[in-house]
Amino acid sequence: MANKELVKGNEAIAMGAIEAGCKFYFGYPITPQNEIPEYMAKNLDNEGGTFVQAESEVASINMLLGAGSTGSRAMTSSSSPGISLKQEGISYMCGSQIPGVIVNMSRSGPGLGGISPSQGDYFQSTRGGGHGDYRTMVLAPASVQENYDLTMKAFDLSDEYRNPVLVLGDALLGQMKEPITRNKYKKKEYKQDWILDGAKGRERRRIKSLYLADGDLTDHNWMLFEKYESMKKDIMFETKYLEDSKMVIVAFGSVARILKSSIAMAREQGMKVGLFRPITLYPFPTEELSKVADSIKNFMSIELSTGQMIEDVKLSVGAQNTTVDFYGRPPGSIPSPDEFLEEIKTIYEKRIK
Amino acid sequence: MKQVFKRPESLVDVPTHFCPGCHHGTIHRLVAECLDHYGLRDKTIGVASVGCSVFMYDYFDVDVVEAPHGRAPAVATGVKRSKPDHFVMTYQGDGDLASIGAAEIIHAANRGEKLTVIFVNNTVYGMTGGQMAPTTMIGQETTTSPYGREEESAGPPIRIAEIMAGLGGTSFVGRGAVDTPKNLMKAKKMLKRAFEVQINNEGFGFMEFLSTCPTNWRMTAEKANERIADELIPYFPLGVFKGDK
Repeated sequence: MANKELVKGNEAIAMGAIEAGCKFYFGYPITPQNEIPEYMAKNLDNEGGTFVQAESEVASINMLLGAGSTGSRAMTSSSSPGISLKQEGISYMCGSQIPGVIVNMSRSGPGLGGISPSQGDYFQSTRGGGHGDYRTMVLAPASVQENYDLTMKAFDLSDEYRNPVLVLGDALLGQMKEPITRNKYKKKEYKQDWILDGAKGRERRRIKSLYLADGDLTDHNWMLFEKYESMKKDIMFETKYLEDSKMVIVAFGSVARILKSSIAMAREQGMKVGLFRPITLYPFPTEELSKVADSIKNFMSIELSTGQMIEDVKLSVGAQNTTVDFYGRPPGSIPSPDEFLEEIKTIYEKRIK
Repeated sequence: MKQVFKRPESLVDVPTHFCPGCHHGTIHRLVAECLDHYGLRDKTIGVASVGCSVFMYDYFDVDVVEAPHGRAPAVATGVKRSKPDHFVMTYQGDGDLASIGAAEIIHAANRGEKLTVIFVNNTVYGMTGGQMAPTTMIGQETTTSPYGREEESAGPPIRIAEIMAGLGGTSFVGRGAVDTPKNLMKAKKMLKRAFEVQINNEGFGFMEFLSTCPTNWRMTAEKANERIADELIPYFPLGVFKGDK
């Protein structure tokens, strides 16, 4: 068995980034993700990289934009209010097709909210978040091991699509400690025929999002749209117990993790309940979930919000003569497996006669 | 016959969109002359800002990345950290640098990033149609100060070069004008210093240019040029504020 290390969630993100060859980190302090910049400040210099504590979240995303435009692997991280501030830069990065990894160890809002876990940033993450018609790929880990593995994956996806990739965790995934295996990163080569490194022996290159000539912006947006569509080949999700299930719980991130215990308890009590966990929140595994609805007709979206992902669940299975129930709650406390079990039981008894 | 005057190689041979009498074209030329002089054309990464200045990516024959409004010094920080052997410059107007980008310029300068910032101060938002800028003069009529800028409500015009000189991280800070051949020659000399501090890895180079905006000043090109000496230089004095002359 591979060597296991006990690692804090936020540190696993930073470790995964360094393992994937991240050379530049730009960030600004905010709870509950401070272990990421702290780990980077301590270790990135030793790995030949550079850590910059920026004057703001706005500056840090724009430093990421700058480093990304030169083809370097770079990252920023923050938590919800800070991610709101980064939206301007994310929009420009998408418009200019500049790669970069952005980690949101989300907390609760609106406003200053609190530092407890929340899934209230689902809409912001999966609908673009800033101005304009664009998308970022969104990866949602559910364990410290996945924090590590999916951060590495985020760098590859970002380089492959020349698009920022968001890793969406939460306070729970950032603060808990779990044993992980430090999987080795397998280096891949990506095209660098667009990067800025000085117009030596070639035409100058311009990386921009401004398109004023008639028709240019339309063409540019169609091209971006096709790119977002092509991201579907990298959709990831996990399922459990779908073979014999009569009801499927759809959940992501830390909530899905808690629900694994609830579902195991439900099955012990004879309820045939399964799990569908999207790992890519954008693109959402719409077709995959729709296939599940060919045979299973009862769905329940469970979220640590008052209901956001449920819209994607309904868009996936809503036209297939299904029922889609919801249990969610605003942030402020972490639900226990027993609490979830009670909610599942209520819906199961109502739907499965 | 010897050719004594030609377009700098670092400038693309296209007509600019700048209005007649605008100083951007002249300042572009000075920047391009410096790029040529120091042999930087193929190792430069420019950072374009938002406003009339954004079209630097059409005019300079160098790699350019476009920054969001005011963020050019942060973008340039990312570029320079990633490519420390390259020459990295931003070209920003006064709305971009002195207003929305005030935080980014101060902190990039204070960190002593090895950058060259070219700041074009024409006391107005040009591209958006002549609104009041942080550098608009007291009494100056703009579309958002239709009765003239009042110090009581808008504060006095910001003197950026003086602020830059007060920061520990700057190596060279100058302010020049291109309204007369004499001022232009002095400005070019200062601009060269703003280049050299980066080339020599000394630190942050900052060069402010007083510039005209005849269209939004509602003036002829000639009158606009005269305004530089009559109104602007008395308030925004020219010269080296920090570093070797």
